[in-house]
Amino acid sequence: MSGTIFLQNLFNGLTLGGLYALIAIGYTMVYGILRLINFAHGDVLMIGAYLAFYGVTLMSMPWYISVVVAILGSAGLGFLIDRVAYKPLRESPRISALITAIGMSFFLESFAVVVFGGIPKSFLSITPRFLKKVVVVFGARIQVLTFFALATTVALLALLLWIVYKTKIGMAMRAIATDIPTTALMGANIDNIIGFTFALGSALAGAGGIIWAMRYPQINPYMGFMPGLKAFIAAVFGGIGSIQGAMLGGFILGMMEIMIVGFFPQLAGYRDVFAFVILILILMFKPTGIMGKKLTVKV
Amino acid sequence: MSREELMLEVEDLHVYYGAIHALKGISLKVPKGAIITLIGANGAGKTTTLTTIAGLVKARSGRIKFMGEDITNKPPHTVTQMGIAMVPEGRRIFPNLTVYENLMMGAYTRKDREGIQEDLEWVFQLFPRLKERLTQLGGTLSGGEQQMLAISRALMSRPKLLMMDEPSLGLAPLLVMEVFDVIKKINGEGTTILLVEQNAMGALKTAHYGYVLETGKIVLEGPTDELLQNEEVKKAYLGVA
Ligand SMILES: Nc1ncnc2c1ncn2[C@@H]1O[C@H](COP(=O)(O)OP(=O)(O)OP(=O)(O)O)[C@@H](O)[C@H]1O
Ligand SMILES: [Mg+2]
Repeated sequence: MSGTIFLQNLFNGLTLGGLYALIAIGYTMVYGILRLINFAHGDVLMIGAYLAFYGVTLMSMPWYISVVVAILGSAGLGFLIDRVAYKPLRESPRISALITAIGMSFFLESFAVVVFGGIPKSFLSITPRFLKKVVVVFGARIQVLTFFALATTVALLALLLWIVYKTKIGMAMRAIATDIPTTALMGANIDNIIGFTFALGSALAGAGGIIWAMRYPQINPYMGFMPGLKAFIAAVFGGIGSIQGAMLGGFILGMMEIMIVGFFPQLAGYRDVFAFVILILILMFKPTGIMGKKLTVKV
Repeated sequence: MSREELMLEVEDLHVYYGAIHALKGISLKVPKGAIITLIGANGAGKTTTLTTIAGLVKARSGRIKFMGEDITNKPPHTVTQMGIAMVPEGRRIFPNLTVYENLMMGAYTRKDREGIQEDLEWVFQLFPRLKERLTQLGGTLSGGEQQMLAISRALMSRPKLLMMDEPSLGLAPLLVMEVFDVIKKINGEGTTILLVEQNAMGALKTAHYGYVLETGKIVLEGPTDELLQNEEVKKAYLGVA
């Protein structure tokens, strides 16, 4: 692999990793509080991309407004999913919520097929022209979109860390991750904090979905499946429940995917397999993930 | 005792955990400004009484009134916002939050920055040791320090009624005395207290009035100086024949 190709791969790996990280955070935050794997999370990403698409094509909004509206819409969707599907099951056995999560995922996909249609739509018309330009960096040809995606991702991750570690609601989110009843005793409304957590994770997933759609410029009702699954693996890899773990796991997974194919082009067809190999290895040798601690027993 | 003087009134409270009948018709009164204690053996239902008042456990029947308002089965955040705080059994410090953040969780419902600052100074006065440990994670404090933090955290909501579940448990004798002293001090500043204790001697010496709980029922009640002289109490709870 030449230096320029390596540089190209490096940027692609970082961008893909960043996307996994953005999506993984929603899984890890919800799991940290409810011990629930929100299978519908990948589909929020898909709805986010469609919202951005229709914002521009149907409502003729400028792309940046449409993107912001779509991210807010994703947040609202996440909040709604919790209220409608999971909140009524808080006192039920965990398996009920898990099955409901799978059902919610099927519902969102079917809903998208019916309302948006099953035929993939090109996202190229949504992506502003300047992002499609190519610049040459040390001989490597890199799309402006790559820098834009990376910068946006890093900014969003920083914003998330700020919310979680520097704000009052973030403090409450960290508190309920270890002790729900005691957080309630502090006068905090548990359902609102959980709802906020869903909204926050879903906003990031929506943003991730839009960037994903810009990079692989088409959208379809099942587009959330693979990135959702990979991001989930990234969350497990990083140590599910840990936000920094999800970020690290996302970047490592994305980078590995790109680099392995970069170094061994003959393996390109197996690209999607790596993530699952990692999942199996981590479950075998370090089920708590690289940054995960043993989960405290919930009372 | 006239009604207006009552801070908390519990009437014929029944609580079940599945088939287990944990509280079998508890009634008790907490007058404004008093220290009331609830003593009893393991499994008597002391914690259940407090968690039901706090809204964490649902009552099957009966009534809980706070400042004249019915709060039976209200959600815990509502109960806290009305002015009841709890030092839970086992302290329940947030281990992954700093000492300062634990205190701020206590003040979660408040918006008066100056008042919060005042109360911070107040709890530092009660427990100077906390001030030196503000940036330490709650989970790394010693048991005694965690108990101080749990009490301080509850005080940070500036409660009208403070419920404490075995605040002396697991503390060295000297610290036990300190905790009972602090309880008196807090009460002296105007906070009404409902104290649950295994340490019957300490509790009865600290409180004004006491209830004795046995397997979900109140079997005895009275002013604490009388309970301290009561033969049954002496035998069963004070370890003197
Ligand atoms: N979550 C629960 N599920 C089932 N039973 C419970 C639960 N919590 C308490 N109990 C039962 O209810 C009864 C009263 O328990 P509670 O914790 O109120 O007692 P306690 O007086 O606080 O005891 P201790 O002094 O040991 O703390 C006990 O028989 C206990 O086993
Ligand atoms: Mg108890």
